[in-house]
Amino acid sequence: MGGYILKRLISAVPVLLGITVIVFAIMALIPGDPATAILGSYATPENVARLNRELGLDRPLVSQYFIWLGNLVQGDFGRSFALNRPVLDEVLERFSATLVLAGAAFVLCALLGIAAGVVSAARQYGAADKAITVAVILGISVPSFFLGMMMILVFAVRLRWLPVSGMYEIYGGGDLRDLLRHLAMPALALSVVATGVIARLTRAAMLEVLRQDFIRTARAKGVGEGRVIWGHALRAAMVSVIPVLGIQAGFVLSGAVYIEIVFQWPGIGRMLVDAILKRDILLVQGGVVFVAACYVFFNILVDVAQSVLDPRIRT
Amino acid sequence: MRLFLKLLARNRLAVFGAAVLGVIVIVVLLVPLLPLADPDVTSTGDRFQRPFSAGHPLGTDHLGRDLLSRLLWGTRLSLAVGFAAAVIAGTIGAGIGVIAGYFGGRVDNVIMRGVDMLMAFPYILLALAIVAALGPGLMNALIAVAAVNVPFFARNIRGITVGIAHREFVDAARLSGMGHGRILLSEIVPNVLPVVVIAMSTTIGWMILETAGLSFLGLGSQPPHTSVVPGVMILLIVMSINLLGDGVRDALDPRLRSGALSRPMAATLVDRDTVPDAQGPGLLAIDGLRTEFRVGPRLYKAVGGVSLSLAPGECVGLIGESGSGKSVTALSVMGLVASPPGVITGGAVRLEGEDLIGAPYARLRSLRGDRVAYIFQDPLATLHPLYRVGDQLAEAIRVHHAVSREAAAARAVKLLADVRIPNPEARARAFPHELSGGMRQRVGIAMALANEPEIIIADEPTTALDVTVQAQILSLLDDLRRERGLAILFITHDFGVVGQLCDRVAVMYAGRIVEEGRTEEVLASPAHPYTKRLIACVPELGGGRRWLEAIPGLPPAVDSLPEGCAFAPRCAKADDACRTGEIALAGDGRKVRCLKPEVVA
Ligand code: SF4
Repeated sequence: MGGYILKRLISAVPVLLGITVIVFAIMALIPGDPATAILGSYATPENVARLNRELGLDRPLVSQYFIWLGNLVQGDFGRSFALNRPVLDEVLERFSATLVLAGAAFVLCALLGIAAGVVSAARQYGAADKAITVAVILGISVPSFFLGMMMILVFAVRLRWLPVSGMYEIYGGGDLRDLLRHLAMPALALSVVATGVIARLTRAAMLEVLRQDFIRTARAKGVGEGRVIWGHALRAAMVSVIPVLGIQAGFVLSGAVYIEIVFQWPGIGRMLVDAILKRDILLVQGGVVFVAACYVFFNILVDVAQSVLDPRIRT
Repeated sequence: MRLFLKLLARNRLAVFGAAVLGVIVIVVLLVPLLPLADPDVTSTGDRFQRPFSAGHPLGTDHLGRDLLSRLLWGTRLSLAVGFAAAVIAGTIGAGIGVIAGYFGGRVDNVIMRGVDMLMAFPYILLALAIVAALGPGLMNALIAVAAVNVPFFARNIRGITVGIAHREFVDAARLSGMGHGRILLSEIVPNVLPVVVIAMSTTIGWMILETAGLSFLGLGSQPPHTSVVPGVMILLIVMSINLLGDGVRDALDPRLRSGALSRPMAATLVDRDTVPDAQGPGLLAIDGLRTEFRVGPRLYKAVGGVSLSLAPGECVGLIGESGSGKSVTALSVMGLVASPPGVITGGAVRLEGEDLIGAPYARLRSLRGDRVAYIFQDPLATLHPLYRVGDQLAEAIRVHHAVSREAAAARAVKLLADVRIPNPEARARAFPHELSGGMRQRVGIAMALANEPEIIIADEPTTALDVTVQAQILSLLDDLRRERGLAILFITHDFGVVGQLCDRVAVMYAGRIVEEGRTEEVLASPAHPYTKRLIACVPELGGGRRWLEAIPGLPPAVDSLPEGCAFAPRCAKADDACRTGEIALAGDGRKVRCLKPEVVA
C-alpha cells in the first residue's frame, strides 16, 4: 500500500512539471506587457524598461521559466502587482473559499447522484426511473451560471429566502449558520451537472452489476432485496463509480469559476478571471499551478481510495 | 439501418429531442430570411423594453437592441460554434488517438503522457488561459473550447484503435506489405469513424455549454432578466441534443437491443394460468414446469414441461447438453431465473406440498438458502469479489438467524473447516480472488451448508475445475450428503459424475426429460438412443467434455423445436412416426420418451 502511494506520487512529478511548462508558455503568449500594465499607459519607456529589468522580464524566456520554477519549488510564488501582496497568501485564502463551495457541491452531487442512480436502476423502466432520467437530462443540459442566476431571481430576489451573493454578511455575520445560508444556492447550482452525470453513470454501473452471478448468489442465500441492491450491488458498482467521482470533482472545481462569479463568492476562480483580465501574470501562473497541483493530488487520492475499495487492484 | 431507425423511433424522449432540435435548426437556417430587426442596431430610446412591446416581441436589452432578433441570431451562432468546435476537437483528437493507438509503444507513451497532463488541468482554467492569450471574441472561445476537448477525444479513440489494430484484417494488411498510411486510411479510419461521429454529435451540446460559459465570463455580469430567454434557449438546444444523442447511442448498443441490459428482478416472473393438482409425496416435487425466455418478439421455451421429484436424502442427477434447459430447471425452483427475460409459464414446484412458484417473494426469500440452498458453477463469478469469504458465509447465516456478529463469524470458520479447508481462520479473512479454484468451490459449498438446508441444488459445481479437484469436490459432497442426510439435485453434463454420486438420473434434451431411472440401470442399459450415445462416449470421470463432439449434429434451438421427437434429426433410428405427434414419457420408475427404445423399460 505504502509502496503504491509512493509510486503514484513519483509519477506525479513529471505531470506537475509539464503543467508548469504549459502555464508558463501560455502566459508568455499573452499579449500585453506586464510592466505597462503595472505602470499604466502613461509610463515612460525608460520606466517600463527599468521595471522589466527588475522583474527579470528582459531575460530569455527559458531562464525566466527556470527562475520562476526555482522559486516555486521553494514555496515562493512571487508577488501580485495588482493586489500588492504575496501570490501564495492570496491563493491560499481564495482557494479555501473555493474548497468550501466545491466541497459542499461535491458532497451533494456524490450523495444525490449515487442515490438517484441506484433508485433508477432498481426501478428500471418504472416511474421513478423515468422521472430521474428526465431530471438528469435537464440537469446535464442547463448552463450552471444560468441556473445560478435563476435561483437568485427566485429564491433571493422574489422570495427573499436566501442572501443574493457573497460568503458572509458584511455586518454581523460570520458564524456557521450565516455561511450555510450563503452556501446553499451556489453549492446546489454547482452540483447539478455533476449530480446528473453521476446518477446516470451509477445507474449504468448498477445495471451491469445486477446481472452478475454473485448477485444471484446473494439472492440464493436469501439476502433481502434492499440489501442486495444497496449492499452487494452498490458495493461492486462503486468500483466504477469512484473514478467518475474523481473526474466530476475536477469538473466541480472548474465549474466553480462560473458560480463564484454569479454569486460573488470570494473564491480562486473569480480571482483568476480577474487576474487574467488584469494581466496579473504571476497571480495567474501561481493560481493555476496551485489548482492543477491540488487536482493532480486529488486524483492520486481517488486512485488510492479505489485500491482500498477493490482489493483486486492491489495485487 | 432500418432497425436502428425503428429502435430510435421507439424511444419517445429521443423523438422529442429530435423534434425540438429539428424546429430550432429550421428556424435558425431561416433567420436571414425572416423580417427581423438588425440584432446589432442600438437605440438609446428603446432601452429595456418589456416583452410584447410594439416591434420587439421579446423586448430590448440595455442598449436598446431587439432581443428576439439577438436571440435567433445568437442561437444560429451558438449552434454553428458548437458544431465547429465538436468537429475540430473530434478531428484533431481522433487523429492523435488513432496514431497513438495504431503505432503503440513509445509513440503511444509520449502522446498519452501529454494527454494525461492536459487532462490534469481543470479545463476552464485552460480555456480561460487560451482566451487570455488569444484575446476575447467568439472565434477564440471556439478555439479554446475545441483545444480543451482534444484530449478527451484522443483518449477515447485511442482505446478503440488499440482494439482494432490487433484484429486479423489489420495483421493481414500488414503482412501483405501495405504501408502504415494505407492501413490507417483503408482499415483503421473507416472502423473508427462511426465512433468518432457519435462522440462528436454527443459532445456538441457540451461544446455549446462551454462556449456559452466562456462568453459569460468574458462579458462579465449582465442584468439577469435579459439572460432568461437565451438561457432557456441554450437549455433547450443542449437538452434536445443530449436526448437525441442518448437515443442514438442506445439504439446502437447491441446489448440494449437484446434486452441483456435489463436488470433481473428479485424473483422470476410467473405467468401461469393453471396450477397442477398436488400429487405424489417427496420432499421436492417439480411438476410440469415450463420456463420461457421472452426476448423482444421471440420466445425461447427453455423448459417445456419437466417433472421430477426428490426424496429426503436422495441424490438425483439432471444431465444434458448445454442449452438443454437443465440449469433453467434448477434455477426455476427458487425463482432465480433472470427475469426479464425469464418467465415461468406453467407447472408447480412443491416443497413438502407448498407451491413455490406461486409463493410471494417474502416467503421465497425466507426459504432460499435456509431450506433449499444452491451451489453454482464458477465460484469466481458467483462469490462477491469485494467481500471476505468469512463475511459472505456469516451473512448467509445472519439473513436467516438472529445471531451475533461474533457467533456468525465463528460459525463461518467452522463451516470452512467442515468443507476441509485447511487453516480456516486465516482463509475466512481472504477475498475470493486470493483462493484457488478448488478452495473457492469449497467456500461455495460451505455457504450452501450454512443453514443446514434439507435440499442442495448443485448447478454444475465441478465443471470449472480440473479433474483432480473435481474428484475431491465430488467426494466431499458425497460425504456431506451421507453425514447430513442432504437431498441433492445435481445438474451436470457428465455421466461420469452422475455415476459416482447419484441414486437416480434424469436425462434432458431440448427442454424435456427423455429418460429417467435408477443410475445403475440407466448406465447399464440406456433406453433412449440419446442416452445411449451419451454413455457410450464417456471415457472416464471428468472427461465428459468430449462427448459433445461425439454425437453428430447439434441440439435443436429451443425456439424452433421440430414436431414429434426433438432428437429425430440426430437419431439413427428415426422414421416418419418419430416426426409426428407428441411422444409421451412412458413407464413407471424407469421412464423413456421414445417410440423405439433400445431396451423395453
Ligand atoms: S422417438 Fe424416434 S427419433 Fe426419437 S429417439 Fe426414439 S427412435 Fe429416435
